[in-house]
Amino acid sequence: MPEQLVFAMEVFLNGLMAGVLYALVALGFVLIFKASGIFNYAQGVMALFSAMTLVGIMKGQVPFAHVINVIFGTDVHYFGWTVPALLAIILTVAVMVLFAWAVQKYIFSHLVGQEPIILFMATIGLAYFLEGVGDLMWNSEIKKLDVGLPQGINEAIDNYTFNIFDYGFFIDNLDIVATLIAALLVGGLVIFSQYSKEGRAMRAVADDHQAALSVGVSLNFIWIMVWSVAGFVALVAGIMWGTKSGVQFSLSLIALKALPVLMLGGFTSIPGAIVGGLIIGVGEKLFEFAIGPMVGGATENWFAYVLALIFLVFRPQGLFGEKIIERV
Amino acid sequence: MFYREAGDFKTSYTDDNQTFPIKFDRYRYYVVLTVAFGIIPFLINDYWANAFLLPFLIYSIAAIGLNILTGYCGQVSLGTGGFMAVGAYACYKLMTAFPDVNIFFHVIAAGGITAIVCTAFGLPSLRIKGFYLAVATLAAQFFLVWLFNKVSWFYNYSASGQINAPERTVFGVPVTGANTEAWATYLFCLVFLAISAIIARNLTRGMQGRKWMAIRDMDIAAEIIGVNPLRAKLSAFAVSGFFIGISGALFFAVYLGAAEAGDSFGIQKSFLVLFMIIIGGLGSIFGSFAGAAFLVLLPVALKLVGVDFLGWPTDIVAHIQLIIVGALIIIFLIAEPHGIAQLWRVAKEKLRLWPFPH
Amino acid sequence: MLDSTDSYVTDDGRTIGGVVMEMKNITLRFGGVVAIKDISFDIREGEIRAIIGPNGAGKSSMLNVISGFYVPQEGQVMFHGKPRPQMKPYEVAQQGIARTFQNIALFEGMTVLDNVMTGRLNKMSSGLFAQAIWRGKAEQEEIENREKAEKIIDFLEIQHIRKTPVARLPYGLKKRVELARALVSEPSILLLDEPMAGMNVEEKEDMSRFILDVNDEFGATIALIEHDMGVVMDLSDRVVVMDYGKKIGDGTPNDIRNNQAVIDAYLGVAHD
Repeated sequence: MPEQLVFAMEVFLNGLMAGVLYALVALGFVLIFKASGIFNYAQGVMALFSAMTLVGIMKGQVPFAHVINVIFGTDVHYFGWTVPALLAIILTVAVMVLFAWAVQKYIFSHLVGQEPIILFMATIGLAYFLEGVGDLMWNSEIKKLDVGLPQGINEAIDNYTFNIFDYGFFIDNLDIVATLIAALLVGGLVIFSQYSKEGRAMRAVADDHQAALSVGVSLNFIWIMVWSVAGFVALVAGIMWGTKSGVQFSLSLIALKALPVLMLGGFTSIPGAIVGGLIIGVGEKLFEFAIGPMVGGATENWFAYVLALIFLVFRPQGLFGEKIIERV
Repeated sequence: MFYREAGDFKTSYTDDNQTFPIKFDRYRYYVVLTVAFGIIPFLINDYWANAFLLPFLIYSIAAIGLNILTGYCGQVSLGTGGFMAVGAYACYKLMTAFPDVNIFFHVIAAGGITAIVCTAFGLPSLRIKGFYLAVATLAAQFFLVWLFNKVSWFYNYSASGQINAPERTVFGVPVTGANTEAWATYLFCLVFLAISAIIARNLTRGMQGRKWMAIRDMDIAAEIIGVNPLRAKLSAFAVSGFFIGISGALFFAVYLGAAEAGDSFGIQKSFLVLFMIIIGGLGSIFGSFAGAAFLVLLPVALKLVGVDFLGWPTDIVAHIQLIIVGALIIIFLIAEPHGIAQLWRVAKEKLRLWPFPH
Repeated sequence: MLDSTDSYVTDDGRTIGGVVMEMKNITLRFGGVVAIKDISFDIREGEIRAIIGPNGAGKSSMLNVISGFYVPQEGQVMFHGKPRPQMKPYEVAQQGIARTFQNIALFEGMTVLDNVMTGRLNKMSSGLFAQAIWRGKAEQEEIENREKAEKIIDFLEIQHIRKTPVARLPYGLKKRVELARALVSEPSILLLDEPMAGMNVEEKEDMSRFILDVNDEFGATIALIEHDMGVVMDLSDRVVVMDYGKKIGDGTPNDIRNNQAVIDAYLGVAHD
């Protein structure tokens, strides 16, 4: 087998793994969009914020230590304890639920019935706000996150492929774990939305707010729940990306990468988010591999957006989105 | 009593169509022009020019540009940073390729080139709408910045990858380069802002503006009553690109002096200008000024209070700034989607009746 | 039978001219649903032509076909005796076909005056550059068309609200502003989609008066949709009746009143 093709296969596999992570972030978008029509730009910052909170809790950081020290002239930084990963994750989920409640109560309950684009811009404001709060609360240094996920090269795949191609593929254990967790999460969400009472109510709201209200579904409750679930998805994404490359500002930019994923997959489709994520992940890695060296590299910065843009011109509703019939 | 229109009768449609139909507004406008052109140049110093006046003038032009596209025509764009970069690099290439031509024309030409690029990226707007389009404009943002970083022709193969503005003069007075004086750069930018504002006002009060607003308010109905949607949208992209290109050129050549695409024209710039028009007022020329002034002054004010007065570290003040900006965006969208401009209108409405509100 | 070029004079002394527009075997489908099935009828110059039928009969779809918003799968629209090629809605508007909408489609962010002025957009030709400097042709056109717009504003008695943002107006006035916007374009055919929907008796009477005046003073050809039978019978010269996408009657109000198929569709029929 020619060498280039083998390399391409490795790139392809790595692209799939990256795509899973994109899909994970995109999933958070789809959930909120389906239930409330809000295109949540803050999803990426939510991932960053949840990861920061997780690290902060695990290390026993004092929230807002920086500000407290400046105002009161004190010098506190840590409580002096550490929290085990699992407990910290549960506490972080609680924080995200609280966040969901606050977002609903203080922002979106005041914006009911506004145009989607206004809601979108509000979430951009929310993203800035949350980023500022996160930085003030836990400071903006780059943090290491380790919740005990396996990392490093997967020896088994390395050996196996070496025996076949004379070249060992480099696949990170973390990526494999991420893939498994993402698959579990998607499965769980599908089961939740298909078979649980709350899930059914959620789909009802997504279909028609008024009708859902008239049969006694509490919109407020559903929206808080959806934001909580999205917060949880953000936390999972935050853990994966944070473990991989540290908890830092660039983490919030993966949200931007999830946007073209959504445009490909359609804003309302969970399978669309996954397939879109995989296409973008594989596409940008292969493009960088094949074309990148010719044009100076770093094509990953824009490939996803341009691909989505071109694609949308031909199919505005995305791969799995519903066709829009316009009426007068 | 201070502000009234009673007794100010219009006897022709020309009178009624003018930019400031109310006498008081017209006089205030002349006063502002006199102060801006006749008084400030004598009082200006380097600190005020660089901290407030220059960025205010330049961002106002960008905000007018984005407001035409987003506020008037309803097409949300997150590519402003990228389009400003086009203006900056176009200006740089023109300045270095044709050193004998006056920089005034370079800036105008840079605006024209940006208009073309912006129109090209506006083509998908016929098919994609709302935030789909907003996301699609991100493609322009990231692709353009990448292009200017990777293709060394754009920065004349300089080793640093930066572009540096050589010295250029207008009427013998340097406006770019190292030897500029505050009043000269200020006046140079002010002229562009005045021209931009007048053009934008003329376009938005006439039929072109009505077509844009028709598309914004209800695109299907607009098409059925005879607006060609592609032409209306593309003309908005072109006009918007022209202004944004001019502001990008000025931002690089006059204000920064040296620039690098990723640092100076990143995605943050796109959001900054978008925030300006949200806070200032969507669909309002005055709002573009107000929003630009507000978001240029906010960091200056916060630094004065937080760092200089309270003695807090700069990073905390920067984080607080993020929180304030984010909160303001949300508050304005909830309480006053038409921004400062609407607050101003309401205040005028009250003044008009004062002191006899009934 | 009248020939397509013949004209005749009505009882109240108006002259009705030849056929300006003719629908030929129009069929429109959405996926599997047939909205309009093989319908033909014509519209004569200067007449008030009504399309009536119960809800879901396909009336609005018919109007959308005429204004180019929907493209029928089969059939042809003849305009001035020639088959009309497939056109974008704005091209149809440029040919002089103006319309109003069932669920008012005004531009809510603009004033009444600006809304009415949009109706003149195809009469103005100054370019972007001329408008940018607001001199010469651009300024002159703006004033000429403002005069035309003001005439219609006077005619429809909405002078007092001309500078009010449309979003603040009550329903009845919005309907009138929409009529003004359509009328100001001096259309050769004016399409009215349920001009009286949701109005009380008084408002309906006002609107009927305006429609008759428009027809009388401007000689406009009017095609209107309505499901209030009473109003239609008083207003129109000829009526098309649709039911479930099919044409079940076509003729003068008197013919229609005595048409058994129409009576069945409106009153229901005993299936025995």
